[in-house]
Amino acid sequence: MSAAPAKPRIAVHKFTSCDGCQLAFLNLGEDLLAITELVDIVHFAEAGPVDPDEPVDIAFIEGSISTPDEAERIRRIRANCGYMVTLGACATSGGIQALRNLSDSKDWVPDIYAHPEHIDSLATCNPIAAYAKVDLELWGCPINSAQLLMAVRALLFGVSHHESQDKVCLECKRRHTVCVMVSKGLPCMGPVTRTGCGAICPRFGRDCYACYGPAESANTTALSRRLTGLGLTTADVQRRFWFINNSAPVFAKAGKALEEDPDV
Amino acid sequence: MSEDKLIRINVPVLARVEGEGALDLSIRNGRIENLHLRIFEPPRLFEKFLEGRAWHEVPDIVARICGICPVAYQMSAVHALEQIFDCDPGPWVRDMRRLFYCGEWIESHSLHIHLLAAPDFLGYGSAPEMAKDHPEAVQRGLRLQGVGNALIKLLSGRSVHPVGVRVGGFHRAPDLRAVEDLLAKLRSALPEAEAVVSWAASLVATEGHEMPFTWVALRHETEYPMNEGHIVANTGLDILPADFETHFEEQHAPHSTALHAHLDGQPYLVGPLARLNLNHDRLPASIQALISQTGIKLPSTNMFQSIVARAIEICLALHEAIRILEGYRVPDSPFAEVTPKAGTGMAATEAPRGILWHRYETSAEGLIEKAVIVPPTSQNQARIEDDLKRSLEASGFHRGDDDALRLHGEKIIRNYDPCISCATHFLTVRIDRR
Repeated sequence: MSAAPAKPRIAVHKFTSCDGCQLAFLNLGEDLLAITELVDIVHFAEAGPVDPDEPVDIAFIEGSISTPDEAERIRRIRANCGYMVTLGACATSGGIQALRNLSDSKDWVPDIYAHPEHIDSLATCNPIAAYAKVDLELWGCPINSAQLLMAVRALLFGVSHHESQDKVCLECKRRHTVCVMVSKGLPCMGPVTRTGCGAICPRFGRDCYACYGPAESANTTALSRRLTGLGLTTADVQRRFWFINNSAPVFAKAGKALEEDPDV
Repeated sequence: MSEDKLIRINVPVLARVEGEGALDLSIRNGRIENLHLRIFEPPRLFEKFLEGRAWHEVPDIVARICGICPVAYQMSAVHALEQIFDCDPGPWVRDMRRLFYCGEWIESHSLHIHLLAAPDFLGYGSAPEMAKDHPEAVQRGLRLQGVGNALIKLLSGRSVHPVGVRVGGFHRAPDLRAVEDLLAKLRSALPEAEAVVSWAASLVATEGHEMPFTWVALRHETEYPMNEGHIVANTGLDILPADFETHFEEQHAPHSTALHAHLDGQPYLVGPLARLNLNHDRLPASIQALISQTGIKLPSTNMFQSIVARAIEICLALHEAIRILEGYRVPDSPFAEVTPKAGTGMAATEAPRGILWHRYETSAEGLIEKAVIVPPTSQNQARIEDDLKRSLEASGFHRGDDDALRLHGEKIIRNYDPCISCATHFLTVRIDRR
């Protein structure tokens, strides 16, 4: 009698983050129990198992790197895993806390903490890819459960997984959602933002704020010009790019361009 | 046996918490000499990067502080900003905000009870492990969690970092059909939630862990508190949220990146048990009857009954959500228009883990000039240390088995559902005998 084939071993690791992307697992309901039948969860602190240094087939990473200890830890995880997947904006682009990279943040810690000498943090806050090779990036703040399940399924079947890089605008068209920029003059980031969220902001009658990061071939210059045309100041437009995915190169550059040439 | 024993309990990975923490214990001559719950959540510095942002960006920014309770952050923020801008969004928005909060209490409490806390009481390492022997209980918990998430989605598109909130109200009003569908789900969830109350009560010994301490919660004239109320305590304290800083003080202890808060110099508890102790007379009669069936006496000084308090609050939240949705109507507008101006605003709301206090200063254009945010977990941190010190000594474990000491310590920490240690099986013991 042959032994049952070994189940793939996975780990979910947390770095600097809000825990929200791990909830894509924990909010699965009964599918969460189904997943635990398909894979061995070796390390997932929030769900129980803790064994961070054990080798695994797939390591899922939430959060960005902002302390020397985290930089060391991600290198160790990379050495112990076959495939590395980033979960969400923090791990993939640095996330909202990377805003400190854009400011003179060395004065920030003493402003909040009375004993800054005990606060150990790196000068900048970076995505996982700055420290270790990433095999698959799942964008979004937060990622959603459907997106996660599609990726997990593809990985378990051993087929390559492709995340759509379409713009939110295309999603609105497919869903027959009225354009909030055209109909209400709202400063929607949909034209430069990748879909994956289901275009929920325009469906709720509001402007997209780019939480899924840059779409492919995003024309940020044209959008900057359009947003200025809607009455936003240069600083307003810059803050639209420098938000959840401020350190994604396309958005970082678009914000910088506004600084260099305010008259877009 | 060495008289001079240093035990260090180390939390290498802050499971269900934000970040990393450790528990340092030094025991000398059979007494706990030093106890520090150290939190190493890397600083994310939200209060600083809120500066210079526009008022209307705040709800989307503060949600990112916590993926498990983003609703709480959004609610404290909008109330504080509306205070500055003299904006009263009216009864429809008020009702919907209570409904929105009900969703988060149901989701967060169900997750904590079933995925984080119950495995402790039943002797399992994790919920999936526990589900093999107790499938109905775990599935019921996951269903309730799903109902809470569905409520948040109704008003806001997604349950983590919801997109529907704006200063002044909501971006969109739910349509009647969606409300009807959800109402049916809520009604069938209520008996399940009632069953969770008796199940949770059966897990906890009714006596044996009592100790006196201070508890603090909001209190409202007529309702069980969520979005509004005075800040009250069992010490007789009764103040407006605007006076929070006069009585409560945040200190930076060198061993933690979470600031410690004290009330007039003393540790205190916020969260479900504190709320229940101070507000059980505001519960509907049906839920009060349910409590008396469990045999639990309120106010309770037994922190292990926090799991029961969470189950009771799930019932309350379902009860309230059903009541609100039964009277639902589509409004003319789901928000009030806001005109920004310069000023200072302060608000406290009841996050699943307790009072969440925000203060903002704005410029005439409505840019944030200063932000101060006091989350529940930093308020509870001093109380957790105080509880651990007293409970571990009373348990006698500090004289014997280190594993038993670690497990008991973990279980005590999890009673607080710290968003820093959101609580699993994360403690490893490192013993240094000298």
